[in-house]
This record gives sequence, structure tokens and C-alpha cells, in this order.
Amino acid sequence: MKPFTYQRAGDMSSAVATVAERPEASFLAGGTNLVDLMKMEVLTPELLVDVRHLVSHQIQDLPGGGLRIGAGVSNSELAADRRVRRGYPMLSQAILAGASYQLRNLATVGGNFLQRTRCMYFRDVTMPCNKREPGTGCSARDGQQRDLAILGASKLCVATHPSDMAVAMAALDAVVHTVGPAGERTVPVNRLYRSPSDGPERDTVLDRGELITAVEIPAAPIAARSRYRKVRDRASYAFALVSVAAAIEVGDGAVSGVRIALGGVAHRPWRATTAERELFGMPATEESFRAAAEAELAAAWPLPGNAFKVPLARNTVVGMLRALTEEAR
Amino acid sequence: MSGRGAVGAPLDRVEGHLKVRGAATYANEWPVENPAYLYPLLSTIASGRVTGVDASAATAEPGVLGVLTHLNAPKLAWPNDPEVAALQSGEVAFHGQFVGAVVAESIEIARYAAGLVTLEYEKRPVDVDMRADRDDLLKPQHAAIFGSQPGDLQDGSSADSAVGDFEAGMDSAIHTLDATYSTPIQHHHPLEPHTAIAVWTDDEITLYCSSQGVHLHRTLLANAFGIDASRIRVISPHVGGAFGSKVFPVTWATLAFMGAQLVPGRPVKFALTRQQMFTLVGHRPATIQRIRLGADADGRLVALGHDVVQETARAKQYAEQTVAASRLMYAAPHRRTTTRIATLDLPVPTIMRGPGEATGMFALESAMDEFAVSMGMDPIEFRVLNEPAVHPESGLPFSSRHLVTCLREGSRRFGWEHRAPATPARSENGWLIGTGVASSTYPSPRLPGNTATIRVGADGRHTVRIAAADIGTGTWTTLAQIAAEALDVAVEDVTLQIGDTDHPLASSAGFSSGINCWGTTIHAAAGELRAALNENGGAVPDEGLEVTTDIPDNPYIAQYAMYSFGAQFAEVRVHEDTGEVRVPRLLGVFDVGRVINPKTARSQLLGGMTQGLSMALHEAAAIDPRYGHVVNNDLGGYHFAANADVGSIEVHCLEERDPYVNPMGSKGAGEVCIVGTAAAIANAVCHATGIRVRDLPITLDKLLR
Repeated sequence: MKPFTYQRAGDMSSAVATVAERPEASFLAGGTNLVDLMKMEVLTPELLVDVRHLVSHQIQDLPGGGLRIGAGVSNSELAADRRVRRGYPMLSQAILAGASYQLRNLATVGGNFLQRTRCMYFRDVTMPCNKREPGTGCSARDGQQRDLAILGASKLCVATHPSDMAVAMAALDAVVHTVGPAGERTVPVNRLYRSPSDGPERDTVLDRGELITAVEIPAAPIAARSRYRKVRDRASYAFALVSVAAAIEVGDGAVSGVRIALGGVAHRPWRATTAERELFGMPATEESFRAAAEAELAAAWPLPGNAFKVPLARNTVVGMLRALTEEAR
Repeated sequence: MSGRGAVGAPLDRVEGHLKVRGAATYANEWPVENPAYLYPLLSTIASGRVTGVDASAATAEPGVLGVLTHLNAPKLAWPNDPEVAALQSGEVAFHGQFVGAVVAESIEIARYAAGLVTLEYEKRPVDVDMRADRDDLLKPQHAAIFGSQPGDLQDGSSADSAVGDFEAGMDSAIHTLDATYSTPIQHHHPLEPHTAIAVWTDDEITLYCSSQGVHLHRTLLANAFGIDASRIRVISPHVGGAFGSKVFPVTWATLAFMGAQLVPGRPVKFALTRQQMFTLVGHRPATIQRIRLGADADGRLVALGHDVVQETARAKQYAEQTVAASRLMYAAPHRRTTTRIATLDLPVPTIMRGPGEATGMFALESAMDEFAVSMGMDPIEFRVLNEPAVHPESGLPFSSRHLVTCLREGSRRFGWEHRAPATPARSENGWLIGTGVASSTYPSPRLPGNTATIRVGADGRHTVRIAAADIGTGTWTTLAQIAAEALDVAVEDVTLQIGDTDHPLASSAGFSSGINCWGTTIHAAAGELRAALNENGGAVPDEGLEVTTDIPDNPYIAQYAMYSFGAQFAEVRVHEDTGEVRVPRLLGVFDVGRVINPKTARSQLLGGMTQGLSMALHEAAAIDPRYGHVVNNDLGGYHFAANADVGSIEVHCLEERDPYVNPMGSKGAGEVCIVGTAAAIANAVCHATGIRVRDLPITLDKLLR
């Protein structure tokens, strides 16, 4: 670990200005991912600007329904919130499927979106990695492939995004609010992450010095009966091989509303828009679910070591939709 | 006061209150004055040599006391054993080998400065290709080192064996099976990492370390540094787990010695990180195993063959007894076993809980299940039918062998008779349910190099000294129980002293030999003390009385085959959509002779079965074929079973007493419990799904439809 300076920011504008001006500076909130990566010297900020006390720790009702969640809310608090558990169970379940009690107590909602990939080649500073050191090449693609992406990947990078929470947020059309050197703006979660073909060294569209201050989840009656299912290599304490956040509404036997997002398969939480489109208006049957899942996965570009994720994702989506529709009967 | 009932009592650990209060001192916690800290440099290539070192930036860093590399490290008297020697040349034989170290005023400075040292390498091509059809496989010839026997394999046995005419036996068989199984590299990862505090003065070198055998560690280090062993004191009273990784590999202690020489008189602290433990403290070697079985029309085995290819390191050969269990488990007139090694650019393997048997019995017991099913026989009845009357290779009778009782008793407790004979057995809420069984075995060897001293004071208190180790197994308690019984005094009147080279010689904790060897020695010393007291008219003289005794020879060694046995049962659930495997239930029935302490024995048996479950479903090092490094080198990437993976585990020990292994009537219990678990689970998975997984671990991708 390299020596660094710690600074507790006095106010938001100076924190943003400091990080925007100094390329060696980084925001610090929960630190559960950043500090680990600093110990491994994957990240080597010289200045940490602590902003945890500056961002909201509140979860508020929005006027037209929905919730505004301060970026400083801990993962534990969000998962336990009664409004979340009742109105958006997939979100609560997703958070509880990730990390450990201790980490969830410390980790923030804002930071959760910005976790770096768990790709072991990114985390090993002796290995070439375009995400860590642009232009050095991707050593993961021809290496151990079990955890790598099957959707949206590029030859430059095949890493997956590790968050569970963000998968549910993607399915819920959540929108992050930020403040940066250019002022405040909003970014939908489904447009927060950049394609690795545009340069894998930058995970998100956020500018240097731009800070997530809150996330808003719009009202979504469909989400009241929703689920998150995480499939992994052991029963707990593991990142997803494939995860699925899903909700479905059926009227007169036909699908009248559906939300599906996948985790563990891409550089971002993967909103399954193709599957959703295919399903809308179709009979709520195993055959429709399967056809929709296969349509989504038609774009998959698996490697020999992770090809199993294609049938695994298909089966998990079908199983989730089956369980949700059976539950509704 | 009486020692009657001391052995067999479920006593709490005598040091338990210290451990739960955090008052038991582990190696890295000894209060020492003004310590310096060491942080190592590890090679980032798997094969080649260091051609350049630039330590100038590190040396210039404030707080850095010294930088060690092969260019300036002390030359050792015994430089060629890579499990002991470090920094003796620039040669690199595996990724993650020690190539240097920084000693500094704080651990933070040492770690940071280590990153400032620049090394240049000349790389050679990397070969980590584990295949059974390599053209450079060798028959192993294991070097005899301290505590191990000379022979082809590390336990002193031969690589190959043959009885009858195996090929002719196979030709004569009505039913045959020919199947190949494989197991990956697995890691020990005890909770407590390998840590050392070394203090080097002109008079004495003190090493506080985490050790399975303080005398062996002292001998290894004295040889390496070419100094008299009496100058070194090794102290290790409490060890937070080891599983074999704290017996032979001691390069970390060597490095601590070198650091201590750099700052004489000043303690040097060194603890490996979890990541570093993946390459520097041994691992269970990968295997590829071919099993061939032939049976007559009734299912009686006529031929049994087991051919093993095991991975070993270019730096040092290690070959284990993977074939051992196949030599003794089942009767068959025609049999053969072979062992060959594939020499790769990988870290040095070592013993790991149930070395040999753990992997070998995954193959044999999977094959026995497959074969029984293919012949339409019940897997238990098939095993019972092939139970041998004597050791099938040596012809010796067993000192005690209650495998059939274990199978029968386990069957009754598990409810085996309700088992569906067909596959898939049952389905419930999207989960396929199946059950499986496998046998277990492990030898009970007696090792030389044990001495105990017992002193009785005029106050009637007995002090028992032997440099045994408690690696979490309960030695502090069980040896006191054995002493109390043998001395016929209450356990409270025995003070045990272990884990320190100031105490008499003891073999290392390993090979399920601890209680057998240390207990036998204490038992013999107690007998001598009681005889001496009798000579004194039964009274303790004012100045007290002391005896010192070496471990006696076992007159039955050449007459009987001495092994523990067991039967393990598993219930598994396999998800129909995803292939996820859950193990809601494990049950083990064990024949480990007389149980010294039912509480600590149960704890060991539960632990072994849990580790077996972990081996079955989770554990595998992912080796990169291009760079030769362990890719998943942390506990987020290398999976052990988590709490949520473990359901109900039940253990039961037969109330039997072995007449020949030792005077206590006990046999080994620490390793038999991991042997067979993985096969029982694989057999249950096959019962549930119809899919036979022959390659560990049983991950969901192998079961996806």
C-alpha cells in the first residue's frame, strides 16, 4: 500500500473541486472496495477526500410514489427499509445476497454502483489489464474464464460488474443524481456504465470529480411482487455466476408487464430489454419464457470457460418467471 | 484421587477459556520489545531467474532497515531444499516464490518498500500442463527427510504394487469398469496464517512460530543455518489450525531468521498474507486416477487396479500415497497399483489432511459406487461382499477392522433402507434429491523421536513434558487425560507442558499419529514413574521424583495392519434449473478405536467431514496455463464451504478398543474423517441426477442441462 493523505471534506463544492482538479485524488465513502484495492496497489490515490458525512443518509418518499435514497445510506439500511422490502423486494433481496453483514454495514449505496470488477487479472498488478493499465492488453480473455462476461464484452475487456444491488436498480429504472464540476445532473442506471469497447479503464460515464449524491427509484407497482435470485459457486459469500432480478404481471393469461435484469454476465447490470419486448403480450407460459430468454442470449459471445453461463442464465430467467407467475395464481 | 474415567470423558478443552478470552498467545502475538517487521518479495514469473535487482528506492525509504535478496542473503549450509532454504540463488522455480524481503520499522513501511524493489528476470517457458499422457512422467523416489520415511512415496511406501496377474484377472471378469477421475490442487488455509517472530542473539535464537512440530522446525532451521540445534528455541503452544501446512514448509521461518540476523538482538515479526499462503506453504497435489475393476457374476471382485498420475514441483519432488487405500480396502486376487509424477513449474506440494487417501478414495469409492450400480447391486452390499479377511497385499490380519459395522450402523442411522434404488430418486420444489455412501480409512502409524518427562512433586502434582503440538485438535486436554489415567491421578493434578523445544523430543502433529505417539510415550513414562514410586514404598520423596522415557517399540507392528475405518453417508439436493448442489445432511460412523475425549474427537470428525464437503463442491486452485500462477489467490476466489453450505452433520464412533495399536486402545481420528466424504457426495449427486462427476469439484456447470 502506498502512502496517502486523508482529508475530511468541509463541504460538497470543495470536495468536488479538489477531486476534479487532482488526478491523484479519490472520493472515499464506505471504502469497502477502494481500500482493498489500495492494499493490492491496484488503485494508488495519493489523496482520499472523505465525503461520507456530506451526502444524505436519508431514504425519502417521492411525491408521486417512489423513493429517493441518499448516496450515504448504508447497504444494510436500504435492505432493511420497510418501504423497500414491501415495494421493491428484489432490491432488498439483491443487497442481502451480496457481501457480508459487516461489509453491508459499512458500504454505501453510492459506492455500491461504483465497485470495481472482481476480475482476478484486474486485481493482480503483475498481469496485463486494459482496465487497470490501458493498452497493456487483456490477460483474462485467454486465462481463467469462469467469472467473465458473455454479453456486451469487447476484445479489450471481458470483465463483469460485481454488484447485486445495481442489478435490481437496473430492473427498477433507477436514476442516479450527481454533482460534479459542471453542476448537478441525473443519469439513469441503465446508462451509467460505459461499454468496454469505448475504453475499459473508465467504468462509468461520470466525470472526474463527479459524485453520486442520491438515487431515485420511480414508483413501480409491478415491483411489489419481484424477486432476486443469485446463482453462485457456494451458498453464500460469493459473487454471482448469474443473477436475475425479475418482476412480471399477467392479465388474462398474457404478459402485461415484465422487468428482467441480469448480473454476473456483463460489464454492467444487464437490463434484458430484448426478453422484455419478446414477452410483452405473450402467453405467460414456460415456452414464452424460454423463447424470450433465448432471444436475449442470442447476442451472447461466450468463451470456452464460461459458456455454461448461457444455459444457466436461460434456466434461471425461466425459473424466476415460472416461480413469480405460479406465486401469483 | 483416581485417573479412572479420565480417558473417555468429554472434557472441555483445558485452554478453552484462554482462547475465548483472547488470552491464548499465538505466534504473532508474543509481547516483544521494539520489533522490526519483514515483508517478502515474491516472484512474478513461474520459471527463470532473477537477473537484476534495484533496491535503491526501497533502501532510501525512511524506516527501512534492510533489503534481502539472493545477492546479499546469508549463505545457508543446506541450500537446496526449497521448503527450507530461501534466497540462495536467483533461480525461480514457481510463481510466488520468495525472491527477497524488506525489513523495516513498521509493517506498513516494509510492505510499501517491498513494492519499490525492482527485479529483472530472464524467463523460461512455463509448463503447468497436468496430463496423464505426458511423455515425461516419472516413477517417484521420495527423499527421506526428518520425520518421513525413505521410499518411493512420502509415507515410505512403494510407488507400485502387484498381486496375482491383474490383466488376466480383468480378462476373466464378467463385469468390468474402467473410469478416470481427477482432483485439482487444493489449499490448507488454516485460520491462523504462518507467522514467526525471530530473535537472533550470539547466545540463542528464539523463534515464536505457528508449528505442527517444534523439534522438526528446529532441526530444519539448524541444518539450514549450519548451527547447533541447542542454540535455537522454538515456541508454539497454540496453533490456529494447520492441516499439514505447518510441518515441512518453513521458508517463512528461514526468512524471519535472515531478517533477525540483519538486526541482531531485535525481534523480527513476519506473517504471511492470505494471498502469499497460496504458494509458500504447500498444497494438496492435483491427481488423475484411472480405476479398473473386474468382478465375477456374483459381484465378487477378481481384479482391482489403480493408476495414479500426480502433479509435483520442479523445485522439489513430493509424491504421496494416493494408491494406498486401494491396497487394503477390498479383497481381489489380482491387483495392481502404480504412481507416476508430472513435474511442473508449480509451488511445492505437501501433506494436506488425509494426504493420499483423501484423493485416492474419491476415485476408488466413486468407482465402487459406479460399479455396484452398473451391476444392479446395492453399494453397501457390494462393499460388504468384498470385505477382505486380511490385508489384501501383505496378508497381515488387521489390528481391528470394523468397516462392515460402520456401514451397517450408518445405514441404520441414515435410513438407507428407504433409499430409492432408481435415478432420479426424488424431486421436491425443483430440487432433485439423492443419497450416497462411501467408505473411509486412514493408517495409525507409530513414529520414532518421542520422549516424555514426568515429574511428581511432594505435593502430588504431576508435570508432564513433551514437545507435542495442539493445532486446534485438543492435545492440551487429551494428553492430560491419557497421563491422568496412566498415573491413576485426577486430570486436575496433571500439568501438561507442550509446544516448546525446551520440552523433550516429539514427532510432529500429522499422519493421525499425534495421540498414538505422544500418548504411548506418556503412558510408558507414567508406568516407569509408578514403578519408581513403588520402589520408594509408594511415597514421593521430598525432592520429588522424575522419569524420562522414549517411545517404546510396538511389538505388533510387523504382525498387524493398523488402520482406522469409517462409513460416510450424504444426502444432496441438486437444483433442476441451475445445477446448484446443497448437502443438507452428512452422517459418519467411525471405527477409531477407543475415543480419548468424545468432545474433541467429535469436533475433529465434524471438521474433517466439513473439509471433505468443501473438497467435493468448492475447492480448486485455478492455475493460469500461460503464467503458471494461482489466479484465484484469495478467499473470495478460492472457495471453502461457507456456513450456509453445511447442513446437518452427525458423527458416531463405534465403542471399540484396538488391542495392538497402542496401550490406550485408540486409533487415529484426525484424517479418516475427510477420506470418503467427497465420494459419498459425488455418489449422492449421481443418485439424484444420473450424472457421474469424475472431476472435482462438483460445480454446477457439470450438472446443467
